[in-house]
Amino acid sequence: MLIPCPQCGPRDIREFTCKGHETHMKRPAPDAPPTAWDDHLHNRDNPAGPTRELWYHGAGCGAWLVVSRNTVTHAIAGATLAREGAR
Amino acid sequence: MRYSGWQVLAQGITGNRGWRPAWRDPAPKGAYDIVIIGGGGHGLATAHYLAKRHGLTNVAVLEKGYLGGGNVGRNTTIVRANYGLPGNSEFYSHSLKLWEGLEQDLNYNVMHSQRGVINLFHSDGQRDAAARRGNMMIAQGDDAILLDRDGCREILPYLDYDQTRFPIYGGLYHPRGGTARHDAVAWGFARAADRRGVDLIQNCEVTGIDIENGRVTGVQTTRGSIRAKKVGIVVAGRSSQVAAMAGMRLPIESHILQAFVTEGLKPVIDHVVTYGMGHFYISQSDKGGLVFGGDLDFYASYAARGNLPMAEHVVEAAMTLMPVIGQARMLRSWGGIMDMSPDGSPIIDRTHVEGLYLNCGWCYGGFKAVPGSGDCFAHLIATDQPHPAAARYRLDRFATGHGLMDEEGTGSQHNLH
Repeated sequence: MLIPCPQCGPRDIREFTCKGHETHMKRPAPDAPPTAWDDHLHNRDNPAGPTRELWYHGAGCGAWLVVSRNTVTHAIAGATLAREGAR
Repeated sequence: MRYSGWQVLAQGITGNRGWRPAWRDPAPKGAYDIVIIGGGGHGLATAHYLAKRHGLTNVAVLEKGYLGGGNVGRNTTIVRANYGLPGNSEFYSHSLKLWEGLEQDLNYNVMHSQRGVINLFHSDGQRDAAARRGNMMIAQGDDAILLDRDGCREILPYLDYDQTRFPIYGGLYHPRGGTARHDAVAWGFARAADRRGVDLIQNCEVTGIDIENGRVTGVQTTRGSIRAKKVGIVVAGRSSQVAAMAGMRLPIESHILQAFVTEGLKPVIDHVVTYGMGHFYISQSDKGGLVFGGDLDFYASYAARGNLPMAEHVVEAAMTLMPVIGQARMLRSWGGIMDMSPDGSPIIDRTHVEGLYLNCGWCYGGFKAVPGSGDCFAHLIATDQPHPAAARYRLDRFATGHGLMDEEGTGSQHNLH
């Protein structure tokens, strides 16, 4: 798989580490009830098809990316900087 | 027909004209007492134990493809009971005992071979950990022998003991561990369940789960609707999708685990061997192929195939541990879809819907669990009480934090196992 890093261009998957679904970026409020934190930490939609994930470009520019990827075909539709997605 | 040596002889001298299909191919009935979703190893084993232990035979197993076409046909066939934590310890011990009587129970040759599993260690710290694990295995009633370097060299002469980076210090030997023929396990459970009257229905995909007033009443399928008093979901690789039909969001991420096999060779590896300093494990099939695997690719996938970086890692590990493998040619590779739970341990439990039961989250340990999982899931469905060996496999342990089974001690969080 080649991931199109917005800063570095298309780079080999070896340069990246996958954190998991972009839900990691959507933390509940600190005072949210325990059920919200349980849901955030453990439960997943786990889609078979298009998904959006956090990947870390550790052997490249060091940016966190939101990668649009298909879990059935491994096709990558695109990637954006996570800090832009969070805006 | 009961299989026996006598049958092989009798059929052989009469031209093998008397063999019959090992199970029927029934059309689905309109209603069953129990519907099991998923005709893989765990689903078929559940049907067998429902019929055998609990006398429940008005049961259907619904499979969207063909029997045993999922992970039970896509693994490295290793059977062992070398877990350490309460919960896993008693469960895998129970499962191994079922393996040991399985062929007689099923009247089917699953080629269960207790050739021994050796986990190598490569440092003093790893030796201490291996000794501790061995003591845990003995305490749970199973077997373990701590081998030193010479003890390993005697039975595993083909390893590279003097590699400068990770010299082999010894190994933890689990003599009752071994392998089994993966397809035969599915077929044996299928045949045994069918002989007791369970309907095994293939090419029948579940498209909906019917729930009325908080109680399950049946399922919708591509072959019509089927009413059921109880429904069991045991569909590793598609757990999240099927559970979503009942309004559930599971603590599961599906990951890819690759495995590899070489061309057939003369006998060279007599045991199952695992490397302590790289993710690599290997055995030799009865057909002669060296069967080996490594770690997850570490991203979510339903593709049933992996990517090159992990294939390279596995082969590099193989070459540092046993350079002799460099002479073998790789025949093929494949991937299984792993139900990864946050703590790396499975779930066998009731759900928020009455009469709906869930069996999932086997991570990469599902094959050796097949008999134990079937027995415990059947017990739960039949009696509404958890089997003592699987009582800790609760769905709510992540919400409460009680009873987490993080076998590797890496943290109860996705993507760490």
